[in-house]
Amino acid sequence: MPALPLDEAGKYVAGAYVVFVVLILIYVAIMAAKLQRLERELRELAGFAEQRSGRRDSREATRETPNRDPEVTAVAEEMRR
Amino acid sequence: MYGKGLRALSIATVAAIALALALVFFFAPLDADQGFVQKIFYLHVPLAITALAGFMVGAVHAIRHLRSGDRSHDARSYVSIHTSIIFGVGVLITGSIWAKASWGHWWVWDEPTLVSFLIVFLLYATYYPFRYAIEDPERQARYASVFAVTAGAFVPLNFLAVRLAESLVHPRVFATAEGGMPPKMWLTFVVSLAGIALLWVTLVKFELTAKSASAHLSRLRRALEPA
Amino acid sequence: MSAASPPVTPSRDAFVAILAKDLRSELRTLRSLPVMVLFAVTTFVIFRFGLDRTSLSGSLAAGVLWATLLFAAILGTGRLFVAEREEGGFDAIRLAPIDRTVLFAAKATALLVYLAALELVTVPVFAIFFLDSAAPLGPLCAVLALADVGLAATGALISSMAVNSRARDLLVPLVLLPLVVPLMIAATAATEPLLEAGGPAYDRFGLWLAVLGLYDLVFLLVGYAVFDFLLED
Repeated sequence: MPALPLDEAGKYVAGAYVVFVVLILIYVAIMAAKLQRLERELRELAGFAEQRSGRRDSREATRETPNRDPEVTAVAEEMRR
Repeated sequence: MYGKGLRALSIATVAAIALALALVFFFAPLDADQGFVQKIFYLHVPLAITALAGFMVGAVHAIRHLRSGDRSHDARSYVSIHTSIIFGVGVLITGSIWAKASWGHWWVWDEPTLVSFLIVFLLYATYYPFRYAIEDPERQARYASVFAVTAGAFVPLNFLAVRLAESLVHPRVFATAEGGMPPKMWLTFVVSLAGIALLWVTLVKFELTAKSASAHLSRLRRALEPA
Repeated sequence: MSAASPPVTPSRDAFVAILAKDLRSELRTLRSLPVMVLFAVTTFVIFRFGLDRTSLSGSLAAGVLWATLLFAAILGTGRLFVAEREEGGFDAIRLAPIDRTVLFAAKATALLVYLAALELVTVPVFAIFFLDSAAPLGPLCAVLALADVGLAATGALISSMAVNSRARDLLVPLVLLPLVVPLMIAATAATEPLLEAGGPAYDRFGLWLAVLGLYDLVFLLVGYAVFDFLLED
C-alpha cells in the first residue's frame, strides 16, 4: 500500500491517539463522579455517627456503663479533621 | 486494601506513556510502506495485546473464585474484564482508523487479528447482560466466573479459526510485523506495550479501590443508619 | 469406598436415566423438535426469496445451511433445562448421590440427539430445495456430526446458566452466538467446497474437521470442569 502524504496521514494518526486520550478522560470523569458520590455519602454517614455519639453522650449522663462504639467515633473524628 | 501502591503505579504509568509517546514521534523510524500512518501500530497493538491478556487474567481470577468462593476474586475478575472491554473499544476504533488510513475502508474483513478481536469483544460484551440477568448475588458471581472461564478458553480457539479462514490470496493490511522490525521500532513498541499494560493495571486497581470503598461505605451505612 | 458412605449410583446408570427421561419426555410432548424443524424449513423458504435464488452452491449454500441450522439449534437449546427448572429437577440432582457432571453429559447428549433428528429431516429438505445432487450429503455427515457435538456442549453449558436468570429466552442466543463463531467458521469452511457446483471438493477438509474436533474437545472439557459449580447452592 502506498504511503499517504504526511498531512493526510497525520490526521489519522492524530485521530487514533485522540480516541485513546478521550477514552481515558471519559473513564476519569466517570471515576470522579463516583468519588464525589462516595464523599457525599461519607459526609452523611459522619453526620449519623456524630448524632449517634451525641445521643450516647446524653444517655451516658443517665446510664452507668458507657457504650461508645469505637468505629463510629473514629469516623466522626476523621471527618472533623 | 486495594489502594496501596496506587500512587506509585500511576506515576510509573504516566512516565511510561510519556516516554512511549516521545519514542513514537521522535525516535521510531518511518515505515517503508505505510509511512506515518504506521505510527498507529504503537497504540493499536499494545491495546489489543493488553486487552486479550486482561481477559485471560479475568479468567484466572474466575478460576480462583470458583475454587475458593472468595468474592474478592470475583471482583478482580469482573474489573479485569470490564477494563479489557474498554480497551477493546479502543482496539476496534484504532484498528478501524488504521484500516481506513491504509486500505481506504473503515473495516476490513481480511485482517484476521482484527476480526478475531471483534468476535472476542462481542462475546465479552454479553458478560454484562448475562451477569445482571441473574438475581441472586452469590449465584451471579459464580455464573459470571463460569462465563469468564469459558470465554477464556474460547479466545485462542477463535484466533485459530479466524486465522485459518483467512484467504491466502489477500495480503495482510497491517503488514508491519512481516519482514521483522528494525530495533528502533522494537524498542518503541516494547515501551508502548509497557505503558499500556501499566495503564491497564492502574485502571483496574483504581476501579477495585473505588468498589471496595463503596462496599465499606454500605456496611458503615447499615451500621450507622438512625433506627 | 468406605462402608459408612451411602451407595453411590454409578454415573453410567444416572446418565442413562436422565437421558432416557429427557428423550421420553420430548417424544411424548414434542415440545422442541417440531418447532426446530418447522423453523428451519420455513427459513429455507425465506432465504429462497430473500436471496432470489432457486439453487445454491458453494459458500452461499454452506452459509444458508449453517445459519439456518444454528438458529434452529438455538431454539432447541433455550428449552433444554426448562423442565428441570420448573419441576425441581436441579434440586433432585443436587440431593442425589451422583456426580453432578452427569447432568451436563446427559443434557448435552440429549441436545445432540435433537440436533441429529433436526438434521435428519432438514438437510435432505435443503438438498431437495437447493442442491443439484445428493453426492455431498455423505461427507457432509462428518461435518454435521462434529459440529453437533460442539453445539451440544456449548448449548448445554450456556442453557444451564441462562435458565436460572431473568431474561432466559434472550440470554441463550445472546451469549451462544459469539461463542459458536469458530464452530461456524470451521463448519462452513468445510462445507463450502463440498457444495461446489461442479461436484464435491475437499479443500483442507481434514484441517477443518480437526478444528471442529478441537473445538468439541475444548468445550466438552470446559463444561465438564465447571458444571459442578453451576449446581452449587
